[in-house]
Amino acid sequence: MANENENLSVWTSISFWRRSAAWVTGFAVILLIWLTFDTMGQISMGTDADLKKAVAEKKELNRVPAPTVINYHIDYKMSKRRGHEVPVIGPKEPFFGKEWSPKEAAALLHLGKLTSQAKNCMDCHTLLGNGAYYAPDLTKAWLDPAWQKGGPMQAMTGKNTKEEAMAEFLQHPSQYPTHARMMPNLGITAKEAQGLVAFLKHMSSIDTNGFPRNFSKTVDQFKTGGSNAH
Amino acid sequence: MLTSIKTNEFAGSESKKLAMMYFRVAIILFGAQLLMGLIAAIQFLAPNFLFEVFDFSVARMVHINALVVWMLYAMIGSVYYMLPDETGIETVGIGLGKLAFWVLTAAVTVVVLVFIFIQVGSGTESSIWLINEGREYLEAPRWADIGIVVVVLTFYWNVFATYMKGRKTGIMTVMVANLMALAGLYLAGMFFTDNISMDQYWWWWVIHLWVEATWEVFVGTLAAYALIKIIDAKREIVEMWLWIEVLMLFGSGILGLGHHYFWIGTPEYWWEIGALFSALEPVPLVAMFVHVLYDWGKEQGIAKAEGKQGAVMKNGPAMAWIVTNAFGNFLGAGIWGFFHTLPQVNIYTHGTQFTAAHGHLAFFGAYATILIGMMYLGIQGAYGIDRLKATFKSKMAIVLITFGVLGMTVALTIAGYEQVLVERAELGAGWNAFFVAQNLPWYVQAQVWRAIMGVVTFVGFIYLVWDLLTIGKKEQTAA
Repeated sequence: MANENENLSVWTSISFWRRSAAWVTGFAVILLIWLTFDTMGQISMGTDADLKKAVAEKKELNRVPAPTVINYHIDYKMSKRRGHEVPVIGPKEPFFGKEWSPKEAAALLHLGKLTSQAKNCMDCHTLLGNGAYYAPDLTKAWLDPAWQKGGPMQAMTGKNTKEEAMAEFLQHPSQYPTHARMMPNLGITAKEAQGLVAFLKHMSSIDTNGFPRNFSKTVDQFKTGGSNAH
Repeated sequence: MLTSIKTNEFAGSESKKLAMMYFRVAIILFGAQLLMGLIAAIQFLAPNFLFEVFDFSVARMVHINALVVWMLYAMIGSVYYMLPDETGIETVGIGLGKLAFWVLTAAVTVVVLVFIFIQVGSGTESSIWLINEGREYLEAPRWADIGIVVVVLTFYWNVFATYMKGRKTGIMTVMVANLMALAGLYLAGMFFTDNISMDQYWWWWVIHLWVEATWEVFVGTLAAYALIKIIDAKREIVEMWLWIEVLMLFGSGILGLGHHYFWIGTPEYWWEIGALFSALEPVPLVAMFVHVLYDWGKEQGIAKAEGKQGAVMKNGPAMAWIVTNAFGNFLGAGIWGFFHTLPQVNIYTHGTQFTAAHGHLAFFGAYATILIGMMYLGIQGAYGIDRLKATFKSKMAIVLITFGVLGMTVALTIAGYEQVLVERAELGAGWNAFFVAQNLPWYVQAQVWRAIMGVVTFVGFIYLVWDLLTIGKKEQTAA
């Protein structure tokens, strides 16, 4: 039947569809590999020098900055040019009371990323929007008004800085319940908690094309329940 | 089905016996998946349930891993089942295949026990290697990853060598090429990096290129085989459709990967590429649906014209599950996926219950259904029954499971709407916004319905197991 049909019309020819399938698949794979090379270049972690240059010249930063970004103030602002919020790296600020050298910052981020996987954060939370939906998204958790000065989470832990408040919470989460649904105690050590906060701060500096939208709120807006939608 | 292993009547086909061993473990893991889902669903409503004993993260991890692993088991089983039929010869390395089965099963048991009893580790490399890799769907520790690769290579060698030695049908050509891609892609998920964007870029190569490309093509080959087996569909037509499906599935699915690259730090051009190609992903799923129903109607019409009485299908329950697959794949993967695949929508829906709704219906509709259908084909073969008819239990199983999953999907979609509008659009996605949305009365109500529908699904599962255990014997005596 196939042979007869092949003579009748190309549309019922198996070999035509087989060849088309091979060509289309091959083309899609080649395009994907080409785009992957381009993307790899754009999402590789920047260096400390890139970071310093971008801050000094107020230029656009790598999409994923160097670990030393933890030494800087990070904000999330509406960009008129891009039409959504983007991370903005500001002046230097101490992180756990000090400035971290490139080597120290890299080691701390490494510990934080490892801990985030070993403690299975992703099966309750989402990171960059991916994971489970039982707990808040952590993409920009560092920028959440709740942790800032005057915010309820910082006040609850009795700490004076955002990073210390977050680290305290991560070590003893069920001591600071905010809702019936709580974070369990995962045996996170003080050092691991520092690493996790560095990981969160670094993640908040990644250019996520405006995700999550409508996040850049001040504590005042947050308290009045107002929205910052554009 | 458990007893069928002992009493099977496969005229000496060791490959089909091995297939039944895989099906047996698959159905046990399917049960584990549902139990874990029930625990997680209850925790949404009563957060104190098993708190700091068996937390949501543990239940959810085992829930999704049992899902992936039972499907891989059923997929490997299906391949071993169809190999002798398609190639016309016995699988070449059956001893090796059996060894691989026991190694894999032992490894899966250890991984699950570690997930359940050890749960988490300290922030060190050894935790990633021994306890938990902590990347959704790929939580299996690195030692198990390596074990899985070895076992899959053994399996692949078996398929490839049998294919080379035996008859080379179009179905088997697609199967052999597709399995190579499927197995190779797993390697993309086996490294650690401090860069979370890089991490998720390659993580999606495994997840997306499995479930939205190679697994879909796998389903196409299974459907092609099953249609020939159940309704005597013409091989030429089935294989022509299969190549069209491969063209459309890979043509849309490979670059459709871009819809996971909207917000993870990757460049903006993925918006357009991801939107365009993933929007095309439902097209082959419509084609597959039409193909199954068309072939069924056509074969029935031919039989009627030839004056034959009764239905053409030789396996009622398997055909019912395959038709459910054709519709469920289109609805769950196609429609529910399309709902939120455009970046303009996805910026609000990404990482909400909307995703969970899609996930439930898509995994069920696209994969669970056809793999259950393959198990019924296995039962038919094991007992040497010419015509397997659905029993009351088969009908209860398919009705309750389908209704239950659809119910969960609708409930989660409603919860997702609430979350998207209140948490994401109105309040701006922060910690407080999240909890405000989670505590909305309508959101909570939707979660109650999700739990109820989960129970309905589980009751259906009990009917399914009961039916698989008894249908062969009953039909055999009746015949």
